[in-house]
Amino acid sequence: MSALGRVVSSGVGRRRWLQTLVIGLVAAMAVATSVLGGALLISSRAPFDTAFADQNGAHLAVLLNAKKVAAQQAAATANATGVAAAAGPFPVGTVGVRGTEAGTLTIDLKVVGRADPGGAVDRVSLTDGRWATGPNEIVVSNAGIIVSVGETLTAGETTLTVVGKARSMSDTADAWTDPATLAALTTTSEYQMLYRFEAAATATEMTANQTAVEKALPADTVIAARSWLEVRREAVEAAAVFVPFLVAFGVLALAMSLLIVANVVTGSVASAVRRIGILKALGFTPGEVVRAYVGQALLPAAAGAGAGVIVGNLLAVPLLGRIQVVYGTPKLAVSWWVDVVVVVFVLGLVAVTGWLAALRAGRLRTVDALAVGRTSSGGRGRWAARLVGRLPVPRPVGIGLARPFARPIRAVLLLAAIAFGTAAVTFSVGIGTSLVRVQAAGEHNIADVVVQPPRPTRGGPSGPADAGPQADPAKVLAAISAQPGTEAAYGVRQQPMRMTGAANAVNVSATLGDAQWNRYEMVTGGWYGAPGEATAASGLLRATGKKVGDTITLTGSGGTATLTIVGEVFESGEAVWADVASVGAAMGDTGSTSGVRPTNGERGQTEDSFRYYIAITDASDVLDYIAPLNSDLETLGLEAFRNPRTTEPIITALIGLATLVATLLAAAAALGVLNTMMLDLRDRVHDLGVMKAVGMSPGQTVTSVIASVVGVGLLGGAAGVPIGMAVHSLTLPSMAGTAGTSLPSFITDVYLPAVLTALVFGGLVVALLGALIPSGWAARVRTATALRTE
Amino acid sequence: MSEAVIELHEVTRQYDEGPPALRKLTLTVNRGDSVAILGPSGSGKSTLLNLIAGLDRPTSGTVTVAGAEVHTLGEAAAARYRRSHIGMVFQFFNLLDDLTVLDNVLLPAQLAGVRGGEARSRAARLLTTLGIDRHSGAYPGRLSGGERQRVAVARALINQPALLLADEPTGALDTASGIEVQNLLKELHAGGQTILMVTHDMALAEACATRTIHLVDGQVSADTLTDSRS
Ligand SMILES: Nc1ncnc2c1ncn2[C@@H]1O[C@H](COP(=O)(O)OP(=O)(O)OP(=O)(O)O)[C@@H](O)[C@H]1O
Ligand SMILES: [Mg+2]
Repeated sequence: MSALGRVVSSGVGRRRWLQTLVIGLVAAMAVATSVLGGALLISSRAPFDTAFADQNGAHLAVLLNAKKVAAQQAAATANATGVAAAAGPFPVGTVGVRGTEAGTLTIDLKVVGRADPGGAVDRVSLTDGRWATGPNEIVVSNAGIIVSVGETLTAGETTLTVVGKARSMSDTADAWTDPATLAALTTTSEYQMLYRFEAAATATEMTANQTAVEKALPADTVIAARSWLEVRREAVEAAAVFVPFLVAFGVLALAMSLLIVANVVTGSVASAVRRIGILKALGFTPGEVVRAYVGQALLPAAAGAGAGVIVGNLLAVPLLGRIQVVYGTPKLAVSWWVDVVVVVFVLGLVAVTGWLAALRAGRLRTVDALAVGRTSSGGRGRWAARLVGRLPVPRPVGIGLARPFARPIRAVLLLAAIAFGTAAVTFSVGIGTSLVRVQAAGEHNIADVVVQPPRPTRGGPSGPADAGPQADPAKVLAAISAQPGTEAAYGVRQQPMRMTGAANAVNVSATLGDAQWNRYEMVTGGWYGAPGEATAASGLLRATGKKVGDTITLTGSGGTATLTIVGEVFESGEAVWADVASVGAAMGDTGSTSGVRPTNGERGQTEDSFRYYIAITDASDVLDYIAPLNSDLETLGLEAFRNPRTTEPIITALIGLATLVATLLAAAAALGVLNTMMLDLRDRVHDLGVMKAVGMSPGQTVTSVIASVVGVGLLGGAAGVPIGMAVHSLTLPSMAGTAGTSLPSFITDVYLPAVLTALVFGGLVVALLGALIPSGWAARVRTATALRTE
Repeated sequence: MSEAVIELHEVTRQYDEGPPALRKLTLTVNRGDSVAILGPSGSGKSTLLNLIAGLDRPTSGTVTVAGAEVHTLGEAAAARYRRSHIGMVFQFFNLLDDLTVLDNVLLPAQLAGVRGGEARSRAARLLTTLGIDRHSGAYPGRLSGGERQRVAVARALINQPALLLADEPTGALDTASGIEVQNLLKELHAGGQTILMVTHDMALAEACATRTIHLVDGQVSADTLTDSRS
């Protein structure tokens, strides 16, 4: 090792081990955060398209009448004009399943019999467990019902074991079994054929493709066909809300690691200025010194970066797991090149900032460099020290409070780290809350219990329940309301209706009783009350150009209803709500169908009968509530079920995501504080020794060090919170822009005074956490040793 | 004048490397004594002072000062002990550059929780006695070496310690300033202050000390009573 190398590395070795550790830690942190940031950014780039391409997604999914087409005939359509690849025919059936727990609703699943998930088209990704190969095994789509691997489902007499969860970006099924199991469960009168085409980018091309496939088949054998463009539109719409949020998080994470690395490396090289002066006095050239110091910063940084890649990839597993849920895509993983790019980037940053700082130090006249640290701060901040000296606080506190003024630049760096951390956390909390509210509001589903006609327990030709004459809704609602434990209840009947001036069918809900409590959030106006009033979804108003106050005309199988829109509900679909007295007649008799296919057919809700949503006073006792209610309802031909909540996975994922990112950013900020504090304490080690020699106790030392960050912490918190709020209010509209809804106050106003206060003090907490270790270290430093450093 | 203030019994201090800095050193200093420790560089003088001040702990043996078993004290207790029993003066003053002369002097009293008014009047009295009251608002950087050392002495005395420890108090001073400090210590001793100083300065030892102790290789090689009050 050269003489210079020895001099420099002796600096790394002993007294600077903590500094070295921090550089390593910071590099690890920066790499880990950047890996996550990169993962966030990449996963946010066209999540649907990427996953669809990975799966060889089906451009067209066709449902064929199995009675009119032979399997071979169906398979032969693979040779139709324009078809690039085809899969199938797979048998398809509708199976009504319910959880084994009492009180759970029977849900119709579209089950496809597939021996394996691979193939040329629609390579279904398993996200959990394995593929269903044996009898009575089932794999469920994780876009559908909420059930875990290992649980069982009941389909009539049969018990099905969930052996896996899977995701088809082409949305080809709710569940899969092997063909034999499906045949045993239900009569499969339909085939599914899946195609990829040479050209499938536009609607025109897709229409041509579909025509070509139909031509290759006997007439009237296609029951339904679904273009990937439609699937894509729905998926993209659903994910679009989250993209800016995740992009913002990714950018924040990258910015944070940048800031911290620059802060730490600059600080540590700057603190070596005096040593650099000595080296130069001994005859080393500035160039040699700079190279040596960059090397000294790079060494621990490289070690840290290695650790950071591991930590980052480990953390990415839960992170990406949550993004999967949010975007509805299967297995995401960090690409190896992200790791490489991030490591190169962070180490490059260390080298560049280290080089710049060392260059400055290297250029410093030797005399000046030697003087650094030896002389006092030259009067800077003395006015503050005097001012603080007059404060009626114990002396150690006063000394601490005056400290930032003695080293203003360092105090500003500290302030920046804390303000940035606080801003990041404020933003994460705000955006997380907003998104959770958006997500929750979009579902309109906080009822505990739902009442509806029971399904036939055996699968079979699916269709509306043959429940005979429908019970009088008013009587049902009265019975429900009379039930002890009922907090709120309403009945609703849904039907797709035609609306004059609207291209698509509109989902109309006719309600009996107040339904607004079931999380219908108003954007403007109010919930309908009087006959002839209606409330419309934001999506409908956007699609049709209607406004609150306008009149709309709805046509159903029973006639026409003219309604005045009195309010806008936060909902991206095309839907209208009105009292059954206003639209019930136009819908016609219950049990009949309007003949209009719903555009966003919510599964299991297409049949036209009243169902009832109930909120109960004690939600922990749903089953206790259901049992007596069911005996009352039996005569009315209805049954009460525990309401399955479908939103929870995404909301949980969002909360988890925001928490994870906020924690990381706060930790990075704390690390920045830690580093700055340590640099500061090293400068003060001699002064601390003097103070201890004249009787400052360890407790007083800790107090003093803590007091030196309190002011900066509070200020940083106070500065960071409005910054975070500003970024939040800037990001929200871009989210709304892609989601296509206006922003009601329940989404924008997420910062309660209590939350804001907590956030401001959060800056303080971050500062205190960062100061904790250094203060303990300062308290423990050997006085005799400290006094010798001079 | 026979009440013991400092009692060291078989004190050994062994650093991580090298021979012990102090070997089984036994020493008693009485109230009102002024003791000068002499000896070659590396003989263990500063080590001895640090042990008495509670800044360091012996490897073995006991250190008792004004009834306090210093070798048993933890960090916090040692700090409290220093505040109430010990005043320290160093070769390089060790004043805090960011505090004024007055604030430097006040610091130990403030750390000890002495009431503001009381601390201020003590400081004022000390600064006047030591002839540096006109510098009370100045920063140490502007003072001469002799003045700085007087500030350090004032700081050491503000809590009215039983024992004043001085490590080479004139080591960084020119002859004239050295004599100023020498006279100051002499006066303090005349006023009854117990003093233990480490010095190379024979003039200082002769002028101020009632007793001189020679340390060689961590052991007492000579212990002489000198009467300086002539
Ligand atoms: N913190 C320490 N770690 C290791 N060795 C030490 C330490 N402090 C002192 N020593 C060693 O102990 C011995 C005595 O040191 P000490 O400082 O007490 O000597 P001294 O008599 O005060 O010398 P001087 O007159 O030069 O100040 C020396 O050999 C020294 O190197
Ligand atoms: Mg010494």
